[in-house]
Amino acid sequence: MITYILKRLMGMIPLLLGIITISFIVIHLAPGKPTALQEAMNPKVTLQARQQLEKLYGLDKPLHTQYGQWLKMSLRFDFGRSFIDGRKVMEKIRERLPLTLFINIASLFIIFTFGILIGLKSASKPGSFFDTSAAVLTFICFAAPGFWLALLLKDLLGIRLHLLPVSGVNSLDFEYFSFGAKILDIAKHLALPIFISSVSGLAAISRYTRQNILEVLKQPFIRAARAKGLSPNFVLIKHALPNALLPIITILGLSIPGLLGGSVIFESIFALPGIGRLFYEAVMARDYPMIMAELSIGAVLTLLGNMAADIGYALADPRIRYRK
Amino acid sequence: MLKKQLVIGVSIVLILVLSSIFAPLLARYNPNNINIDDALLSPSANHFFGTDQLGRDLFSRMLYGARVSLAVGIIAVGIAALVGLALGCIAGFFGRWVDTLIMRFLDIMLCFPVFFLILAVISILEPSVFNIMLVIGLTGWMSTARLVRAEVLSLKEREFILAARAIGASNSRIIIKHLIPNALGPVIVNAVLSVAGAILLESALSFLGLGIQPPTASWGNILAESKSSLGIAWWMSVFPGLAILITVLSFNMIGEGLRE
Repeated sequence: MITYILKRLMGMIPLLLGIITISFIVIHLAPGKPTALQEAMNPKVTLQARQQLEKLYGLDKPLHTQYGQWLKMSLRFDFGRSFIDGRKVMEKIRERLPLTLFINIASLFIIFTFGILIGLKSASKPGSFFDTSAAVLTFICFAAPGFWLALLLKDLLGIRLHLLPVSGVNSLDFEYFSFGAKILDIAKHLALPIFISSVSGLAAISRYTRQNILEVLKQPFIRAARAKGLSPNFVLIKHALPNALLPIITILGLSIPGLLGGSVIFESIFALPGIGRLFYEAVMARDYPMIMAELSIGAVLTLLGNMAADIGYALADPRIRYRK
Repeated sequence: MLKKQLVIGVSIVLILVLSSIFAPLLARYNPNNINIDDALLSPSANHFFGTDQLGRDLFSRMLYGARVSLAVGIIAVGIAALVGLALGCIAGFFGRWVDTLIMRFLDIMLCFPVFFLILAVISILEPSVFNIMLVIGLTGWMSTARLVRAEVLSLKEREFILAARAIGASNSRIIIKHLIPNALGPVIVNAVLSVAGAILLESALSFLGLGIQPPTASWGNILAESKSSLGIAWWMSVFPGLAILITVLSFNMIGEGLRE
């Protein structure tokens, strides 16, 4: 197992270098210097900010020196200062990260608990009323743009029915609330964003679980279990489900890029101060240090997610780790 | 059941394509014609889908928006399919270090959260229709390349390739005449499903204000404009979203139907 993990870790190094290189290419995509474009597009950019950018990326130096500098910065996670307020990029990200993490972990929890339950119930009686209605509903949820659902629910629940607040993390008079009221207030604010960011994942996981269980149910060991006289529910939960869930470990690891992308949209719609909204603000203001930092960190997080999924899978399924 | 799915999907997409091509004939108003007196009218016989806050006819705007959404979706996926086909073929056919190089590059591309990458590139280039197609296309070729490579790996061991080689066919001839046509099936299914994804991406970008720029209508930017009349004009948020939903649903139906 340790050899397997070490091998995977070694495999990450070239990928990491690749990520850094592609980020470097992205920042040099601009015709001419990135600073020239910045000046042209954004009259607010002062001479000082331009010089800062030139210094940061060493734009006055030859390309290989620039690349070296970028490499050094990326490895140290030091991406300089934001153009918007001159604060350290990493400091701003660290501030905003907990909220995004919280929302995404909560929605992952919802996706996997309810997704697996729905899939299990559908697979227990294929073709039943529950199964068909779940199939239609998941097909629609999978196709509906999340931001549109967010908009509709915000309109309906927030503006028309006044059931839920529509933006921010807490109310204006938050400070005067008791502890319990504070938690309730935050929960009310985050309910919609968490629900909305779970919808398409929920649809995908429930379909996936259903399909896998039906696949596993065809196998000989299930027939053997049934032949022993075990009850159908026991076979379903004790024998079929664990085998069907194995591949879901991989999906958990692969879902990171989608969640990060989604947080840009949902945090903008609900005005939540997370890293998604930070990225959006950076893109709107062409705040390059921030854009590059989040792009690189997003890629590294994805890489770590994939790696965790691989290791988790190998831990759960010995066949994987001895294959090669 | 699946046949039915395919028929429904194809008919809806055909209706959409035809109505976007004939948008000038079907639209009763100029989609960009501002008429403040008629602002925020609810749906009626004159304005099927109502009007927006500048008094522009929503139905006409959505017809023209369909052009943009469909064109961006289809062309972006076309670019992705071409790049994926080329890289997948080269990797699978030549193997060795070429394969390693391409597959490593693919792994690296997969590490980037697509939406982050697209936004970062759009922030540097300008959000024009052309750039959006290009960026969505160039960040979406990885699944096609993987599929094609796997197909080519199994195809190139078959007898007919050996036969072609025996009669002296060149590498490029084998790839173009024998490998690509045989690997095309899964590529097409994947492409149809990706159109749905690309349309969603474009609408999300336009919704954030980083996609199709107003006054050019796209379903995403109509939804963005509806944000300011939330609670007042339900038609502005309901119809464009439904249009996206139905389009994505139909492409998914076609893709699923073709897969069987």
